[in-house]
Amino acid sequence: MAVGKSVKRIDAVAKVTGRARYTEDFFEPDMLTAKYVRSTIAHGRVTAVNTDKARQIEGVEAVFTYEDVPQTTFATAGHPMALSEVHKDVEDRLLLTRDVRFMGDEIAIVVARNELAASEAAGLVEVEYETYDPLIDPEDILAQDARPIHEGRSNIVGEHNYTFGGDVDQAFDQADHVVEGRFATAMVQHCQLENHIAHAYMDDLDKIVIVSSTQIPHIARRIVGEALGMPLSRIRVIKPFLGGGFGNKQDVVLEPMVAFLTLKLNGRAVQINMTREECMLCTRNRHPFYIDVKTGVMNDGTLVARDMDAISITGAYASHGHAIAAAGGSKQSSLYPKAATRFHARTLYANIPVAGAMRAYGTPQVIYALECATEDAARKIGMDPVEFRLKNVARQGDINLLSNKEILSCGLVECLERGRDFIDWNRKKKDYEQFKTGPIRKGLGVACLSYASGTYPVCVEIAGSRIALNQDGTVHVLVGATEIGQGSDTVVAQMVAQTLSFPYEDVLVVQAQDTDVTPFDTGAYASRQAYVVSNAVFKAANQLRDRILAHAGIMTDEDPKHLDIVNARIVDNRTSEAVMDMKTLAIDSFYHKERGGQLTAEISYKTTTNAPVFGCTFVDVTVDIPLCKITVNQIINVHDSGVIINPVQAAGQVHGGAFMGLGAALSEEFLIDPESGYVYNNNLLDYKFPTFTDVPPLNHDFVETFEPTSGYGNKALGEPPVVSPPPAIRNAVLDATGICINTLPMSPHTLFSAFKSHGFLDGKGGQHV
Amino acid sequence: MFNIETHIKAGSVQEAISLLMENPNARLIAGGTDVLIKLREGKPAFRHLVDIHGLAELNGIEKLPDNTLVIGSGTTFTQAIESDIIQTHIPILTDAAGSVGGPQIRNVATIGGNICNGVTSADSASPLFSLNALLSLQGPDGTRHLPIADFYKGPGRVDLGPGEILTAIRIRPEDYEQAFGYYYKYAMRNAMDIATIGCAVCLKTSGGTLTDYRLAFGVAGPVPIRCREAEKAVKGHPLTPALLEKIAATVVRDVNPRTSWRASKEFRLNIITELSKRATKKALTRAGEELS
Repeated sequence: MAVGKSVKRIDAVAKVTGRARYTEDFFEPDMLTAKYVRSTIAHGRVTAVNTDKARQIEGVEAVFTYEDVPQTTFATAGHPMALSEVHKDVEDRLLLTRDVRFMGDEIAIVVARNELAASEAAGLVEVEYETYDPLIDPEDILAQDARPIHEGRSNIVGEHNYTFGGDVDQAFDQADHVVEGRFATAMVQHCQLENHIAHAYMDDLDKIVIVSSTQIPHIARRIVGEALGMPLSRIRVIKPFLGGGFGNKQDVVLEPMVAFLTLKLNGRAVQINMTREECMLCTRNRHPFYIDVKTGVMNDGTLVARDMDAISITGAYASHGHAIAAAGGSKQSSLYPKAATRFHARTLYANIPVAGAMRAYGTPQVIYALECATEDAARKIGMDPVEFRLKNVARQGDINLLSNKEILSCGLVECLERGRDFIDWNRKKKDYEQFKTGPIRKGLGVACLSYASGTYPVCVEIAGSRIALNQDGTVHVLVGATEIGQGSDTVVAQMVAQTLSFPYEDVLVVQAQDTDVTPFDTGAYASRQAYVVSNAVFKAANQLRDRILAHAGIMTDEDPKHLDIVNARIVDNRTSEAVMDMKTLAIDSFYHKERGGQLTAEISYKTTTNAPVFGCTFVDVTVDIPLCKITVNQIINVHDSGVIINPVQAAGQVHGGAFMGLGAALSEEFLIDPESGYVYNNNLLDYKFPTFTDVPPLNHDFVETFEPTSGYGNKALGEPPVVSPPPAIRNAVLDATGICINTLPMSPHTLFSAFKSHGFLDGKGGQHV
Repeated sequence: MFNIETHIKAGSVQEAISLLMENPNARLIAGGTDVLIKLREGKPAFRHLVDIHGLAELNGIEKLPDNTLVIGSGTTFTQAIESDIIQTHIPILTDAAGSVGGPQIRNVATIGGNICNGVTSADSASPLFSLNALLSLQGPDGTRHLPIADFYKGPGRVDLGPGEILTAIRIRPEDYEQAFGYYYKYAMRNAMDIATIGCAVCLKTSGGTLTDYRLAFGVAGPVPIRCREAEKAVKGHPLTPALLEKIAATVVRDVNPRTSWRASKEFRLNIITELSKRATKKALTRAGEELS
């Protein structure tokens, strides 16, 4: 049984020995390098570009400006094509732009024989601007007379409103208490290990090959076709090993440009390899949110009403746009399904870097506000925050009133109970009573989360799998599921091994994706991969199993119903005796002159369910008031993600997510000058991504439920662990200090302001605690 | 890729001095952890390099017969951390060296480079200020010795004449014997970060009083500084909790932090006063003293 075991990652040895090949490891003869010329202002219009000096640099092959690119706008979001207008992505981007919308916008591009020449020449391209005031603050963006950041479009990219669970106003009227809060989250970045990189070349007169570090090879293929006005079939996208994405590569960033350049340069290979600074400033990041929350609660601890009003900032271009706020808002209906709830959200353009998809897609912002507000409501009525949640959270059999679907698996109550035990909540609550005054304080915090296992019914959920029996009795699997480091190839192999009853080692997964070859799947995002591929794999493996047994029946003259596969052998299920091994069967199927054939199975399957997942974080913190520092002494994430296919890989996902959550909670933010739109810290020194020395030991636990809509009982896990640490830490800091810090990150600077305004520190070096 | 036009490897300090005199535009490179960053940013001032990386005569830590400690300027932070001499006599420098960057940086970055880079946040600078370190500067006209406090001329500017090279850092026995120190680095991260404030304390005690007290800060002004007012105020002070309050109350007169996008003046001031107390307390603990 391969499912449920911590088998070794299928690519572990290739990666640790350095043999795994990433995009940068592929070379083409005479490959050229391209460097963007980026705007030095945040808002304006180019009045003149002079490329003469740049063209004189030795090694420069070409310079293109906004005048040279196709004038059809395209959408970059890595979404499946939407057949309905409602879900269509915003087409607001050109390959190069004359209208400048953030500091770093792409005005021209230099192609040269090497990086130095390209960089030097890019620095010599002279640009003149007409400048406008940067629009950064939501109030300025929404002002009546605000200049549209995109001509002919509103600065509001999207807006929507929904209610569920009854009359919200009436529920507030009847509530014993109404608690209000205003929350703000920061723009943070994925900081995936491998920066964005892609190259393209032509291997025929009308065919472009793109090698790219992407989460969405099939979608990238379509969007490149749209951007260049070329038929999709003439574009081939190859995805080698990836050094992570976290959503930053669920967007088409470099692919249309490298394709355009090779087309312009007679098919010669051209590569764009972004620096870390470029990657941080000019790819995608997380939408900052401003959220007002109102919570209605009864004296007995029943949560009766909730009203949330959110503003989400998408920056200079829509990218995933309003989908982020919509997706984030939809998660509360599976977490607290009984309260009458209203959600209103608007997504705005701004003259700051572009926000897009990032791990958990709007949910960290919404759940942060929701779980801080939930804490404040529990405290208002003097109820233990864990008890309060236990009373109100979803249970199996509840109806998610937004989707009108029954929650078929839910282990959240047990998650909370296990987390409470682990952190030793009841004992520490008492012990920490003596740490509520003085310079060093201690506290405990909790926060819950819910998430989804894909994007249905907003988007199509399609997965493909092809399995072929090899002549040596092993199988090769092709999936459209996109391995980006998260481990999907390994769990696919486990699933196939489980259903075929093959040893895990006998299941080989074709790693590189090639859109000319691999079955269609929309890619790695939405924590969908293992969930949506599970049904395609389950069905394909069963189909192959039937074909293998049918061939065994022909070979042995037995009715296949008396035959079975056990550990890659054909077994007579009446006697449990082995009939033949898989290699014997495979050789016969390939080479017998009259019977058999290559035994394969192929399934393309659309998932029309979307299982909610649940989890929580418990933390124990110390707050050093004079030094304005929070130390997380202990943290645990407990998750219900259904059946855990590979416990060690799953633990890795949880630890990685908690790590990112800790960064967002305590230190990470883009520092943007409010006047000019300049980003001060688009580098890993000044952007305070935590190091290993900054995080405590990370703990995890799983409450394994069985999800009936999934091929193997599994649900989403990739994104959820990032969601609940920030509100849990905020709630613990509140427990320790009595202060609600409603802005992320809770950096020393944020704490200093809060402690100063509460009179703990006087700002002149003195303290009053 | 770096745009390096000339790179000449010097075989000795004397040769490096000659090469610098022959190429007035050339800059020295040792560990390269500052120079390569500037080259990566495309700074043209660093395209001509005289390389002193790995020169044996710049490397090493020794204790002279008169007990003076001599640290070669080419000593890496890792070598400093692992040095028995430093651990035994001036562990404040072990604290500081261990707080620099990450392991890879510490393996190549040199103490001399850290000082000559001239930045206020250099982790080795404020401890060396508190140790009254003397810098040995060798140039075409011979060698001179300069107190480190006189070396810093302004942000990024140090007192190095044409062809001059910092060869060693000397610490005299009267400055470290029976003295106890502590370096407290306050940064936004525990590793891979530059100091928001760096605080170095070196002190001596006798008979329940503070007999010598040297307090230095990084990032509390445009260059590393000594806090002469605070030092004067508490020399001879009994070892009571009031001592710390006195230091905190006086230190604000010595420092001049500024507001930048990295931190506000108010925030830095708050950290400076708190660190002056905490670092002093840690140094007293090392001295085996308790405040009572």
